[in-house]
Amino acid sequence: MAIWLTKDSKVIVQGMTGSEGSKHTRRMLAAGTNVVGGVNPRKAGQTVDFDGTELPVFASVADAMAETGADVTVIFVPPQFTKAAVVEAIDAAIPLAVVITEGVPVHDTASFWAYNVAQGERTRIIGPNCPGIASPGASNAGIIPADITGSGRIGLVSKSGTLTYQMMYELRDIGFSTCVGIGGDPIIGTTHIDALAAFEADPETDAIVMIGEIGGDAEERAAEFIKANVTKPVVGYIAGFTAPPGKTMGHAGAIISGSAGTAEAKQAALEAVGVKVGKTPTETAKLMREIMSGS
Amino acid sequence: MDLYEYQGRDLFERHGLPVLAGGVATTPEEARAIAERLGGRVVVKAQVKVGGRGKAGGVKLAEGPDEAVARATDILGMDIKGHTVHKVMITVTADVAEEYYFSYLLDRANRTFLCIASVAGGMDIEQVAADTPDKVVKAPIDAVKGVDEAKAREIVTAAGFPTAVADQVVEIAVGLWQAFVAEDATLVEVNPLAKNGDGRMLLLDAKISLDENAAFRHPDHEALVDQAAVDPLEQAAKAKDLNYVKLDGEVGIIGNGAGLVMSTLDVVAYAGERHGNVKPANFLDIGGGASAAVMANGLEIVLSDPAVKSVFVNVFGGITACDEVANGIIQALALLEQRGERVTKPLVVRLDGNNAEAGRAILDSANNPLVQRVDTMDGAAERAAELAAAGV
Repeated sequence: MAIWLTKDSKVIVQGMTGSEGSKHTRRMLAAGTNVVGGVNPRKAGQTVDFDGTELPVFASVADAMAETGADVTVIFVPPQFTKAAVVEAIDAAIPLAVVITEGVPVHDTASFWAYNVAQGERTRIIGPNCPGIASPGASNAGIIPADITGSGRIGLVSKSGTLTYQMMYELRDIGFSTCVGIGGDPIIGTTHIDALAAFEADPETDAIVMIGEIGGDAEERAAEFIKANVTKPVVGYIAGFTAPPGKTMGHAGAIISGSAGTAEAKQAALEAVGVKVGKTPTETAKLMREIMSGS
Repeated sequence: MDLYEYQGRDLFERHGLPVLAGGVATTPEEARAIAERLGGRVVVKAQVKVGGRGKAGGVKLAEGPDEAVARATDILGMDIKGHTVHKVMITVTADVAEEYYFSYLLDRANRTFLCIASVAGGMDIEQVAADTPDKVVKAPIDAVKGVDEAKAREIVTAAGFPTAVADQVVEIAVGLWQAFVAEDATLVEVNPLAKNGDGRMLLLDAKISLDENAAFRHPDHEALVDQAAVDPLEQAAKAKDLNYVKLDGEVGIIGNGAGLVMSTLDVVAYAGERHGNVKPANFLDIGGGASAAVMANGLEIVLSDPAVKSVFVNVFGGITACDEVANGIIQALALLEQRGERVTKPLVVRLDGNNAEAGRAILDSANNPLVQRVDTMDGAAERAAELAAAGV
């Protein structure tokens, strides 16, 4: 069953005709995702050929949903246009919007998030600045490589793209129900807590890997949530122990401000609630392997 | 990007907020010119991005231009908590009757903005909040609705600003919010927001951070970067569009993806504990693609750091194919030779994921004596640390 994205998901792509959008639409199709169309008001009515699959281009998200029954949109538009694209998706009340775009101004993200809340949070937003969501063997919405691992019973939630791939690779023989890259921006639509809650409720997920990094206090809040609400085993990994304060480490949100947002504090918070935290990605995978093998 | 106080003062002034007349000087003579223009008594303030400059002697009064020169001479070049003072701001003096606090900032946890206001200003607000929490108002701001007069009045009332200044503070609160949004700031902090002897409100300090992701709609923000304070290697990397942060260590790091690179730094630091305590020398995320040109640029930056004794190239091929990365590394080394750079430091390369076998085969057949292949991240970190320790 997985979380949020299943084999029945019908996916559209906002920015499908752009270079990143078309590249990844092709990859999503190759991964077996049911991509049903794209959105570009200037090319509405046209179709685009992806290695033999003809995909229609619609004028708006609402049109695409009406015509195809789409319930997921993946957004690849440039940062300047991301806010408008997300607002359009919210207005159409699409259940899931995956925002891949990196470099979105935080005022824009705060603004579309506030708008989403005002509309009653009908749309789950993942990202921005994220690799997307993959339910191996079922569907793939975003840029997570589909061939790293097959389906299994581990759930993965991560702020980092490549660490997501690394962890999927480390545990490829066990497999994953769903892998969610929530992104490394200061404001994101879906949090560790949202994913933990969904994995806890998902009968096809037995255990959860949670990957965090310096900046903010999302991991600390996730630890509190785990203590109160998660019965499934969770292992954690935190990146950025050697990051100096005041420096942004690649992701816009990965910054230690004063004494806040350190890896040490996050590790301590997770360990305090019984989450085992690996020192390296490989060690983290080993901890999960032990749990899955029942040892 | 954090601004200096004088840049914040200028920004407030541009947005029509009440600040003290002033200017910035890099030499005592410039300080004289500003003091002459302003007339009378002035304040000379060290411009450093660190707190506690007053206690360190970085803020002085001057009675006229001659004293302004003397005070600027004292302060310029001063070291304040490891920050050398290169600029001083000269302003007219205020006749402060009362000090308040006002700020807008990003509230990551609640995915919105926050206003913090207090009638107990001029002190460390976190301390005030800890000692007397009832004196600090924290009001979430809806990013769509923003701060209009009604919202501002609600905050001003809740914070208990005296009636005599309430209207002025409401106006400042609205103006400050407009500046916060217009400039794509993630923080504007005014401490103190002061009531002058004549009853006028003044923004006496400015702590501002701007969102670099919004640079595309603020071409003027580029000029606010203090190029002199940027590490030369970071500057060179930025010119090549590389995401590089200079650290103090001996193992150069190149990887793809911010999270993986952060993780690589940590793993190298742990390995370093067993090898002469060597540490990672930098953060460098070459992102997806990792073409030969990007790899060459990355290697060039990392190798031009004289502290680097070994380099760890850590790539997980997700979308990036490892054979392309391997070719990139080999071509990059050739490219550097062509540019006349003799590469002598060992490279430890770990390739995993997409086309890893092909990538490893390419490295093996290239048979470059500088390149060592280790196929696990932890093992490669160990080897890179060991080589760095041996090279020190």
